[in-house]
Amino acid sequence: MFFPISGVQIEPAYLVVCGFVIGVLGGFFGVGGSFLAAPALFAAGVPMNFVVGTDLAHIVGKSIVAARKHRALGNIDLRLAGIMVIGTIAGSEIGVQSIELLKKAADVTLVVGSVSIIVFTGISFFSAWESWLTFRMPEKKRGNPKTGLAPAKDTLAFDAWARSIQRIKIPPVISLPHSGIESISLWAVIFVAFVGGLFSGFLGGGAGYIRMPSMVYLLGIPTHIAVGTDLFEIIISAGYGTVRHAMNGNVDILIALVMQTGASVGAHIGANLTQYFKGPHIRFAFAPLPLLGAIVIAYGLIAGHHH
Amino acid sequence: MMKKTNRRLLLLTAIELAVCVAVISTYLSLVPPLLSDWLKELWSHQRDVYALVAIALIIVQAVGLELIISFLLSLLRQGRR
Repeated sequence: MFFPISGVQIEPAYLVVCGFVIGVLGGFFGVGGSFLAAPALFAAGVPMNFVVGTDLAHIVGKSIVAARKHRALGNIDLRLAGIMVIGTIAGSEIGVQSIELLKKAADVTLVVGSVSIIVFTGISFFSAWESWLTFRMPEKKRGNPKTGLAPAKDTLAFDAWARSIQRIKIPPVISLPHSGIESISLWAVIFVAFVGGLFSGFLGGGAGYIRMPSMVYLLGIPTHIAVGTDLFEIIISAGYGTVRHAMNGNVDILIALVMQTGASVGAHIGANLTQYFKGPHIRFAFAPLPLLGAIVIAYGLIAGHHH
Repeated sequence: MMKKTNRRLLLLTAIELAVCVAVISTYLSLVPPLLSDWLKELWSHQRDVYALVAIALIIVQAVGLELIISFLLSLLRQGRR
């Protein structure tokens, strides 16, 4: 099929299958999947400026499907999501502006690539380590339905961080009953959203790879609710990015629409799968994904793909 | 017994996937060719309008396709019962 906007010829089945795989991952882990979608589009011959914008457009559609499914499962804290939108948009705009400043001062690809590799690798190893420690925790703490102990909805090896942050009572202090948080400073929530938005604007994509773990480890949001609420935030940050990029002519919406057909089915399946896994299992399975993204970027930098 | 249940589950999943593939194939053969020229025109001459149309299209398609597929799958499940 010929796509006249970006001027490329791509087999639609390739786009549908890519969308499907990314949809399953996104629905299950609450991430946009840009670390996989962008290399897949680039490999198909799409010019790099179209890769970034088109990927964002596709992420919006896929995240809507997955978020609707998560909402039906009760995995979205709308109050938390509404507050986070403020930080997400502010962070996203500053991230975009930082890129513009960086363009004048340094090699953007090298700086953004190096930051991505460090951040992705750090998140990956931390998630694997934390979930492994959680698995090793005594059953008494973790809960086990087979032994008659009350099953824990979610368990964290590092819940002390979240508890410390929840003890900071800088006003206004809010409660998030849906997430089981009695009181937390509004500024802590906005800060986490701001950092997520900053990474979204600076590194591209929805930044679920940093927002979802931050919500779990820093705010103490249960993993299932973090996944669902993060998808809602991705709709906002990726939607904002799509409009901005489309105004600059960097979105081939036809490619995004074709990709999104596969993603809508995949996201549905991925979101359904979360019902069968506990929080630590989801976090452990999530761990290799950012590392995969880091490897793809490192390969691009080493091979000299300075787009 | 377990194997039989698994085989049945696999078959049902395959049927559901086949329905999804049929819907997507029909959609792809109809909608993108229909929009292609109009979108190219907007992209070339009215970028702001193009940006709004792009975000609207992706939202409408996401919700619309999900509703159609969910409806067809629920019909299929009702028929099974």
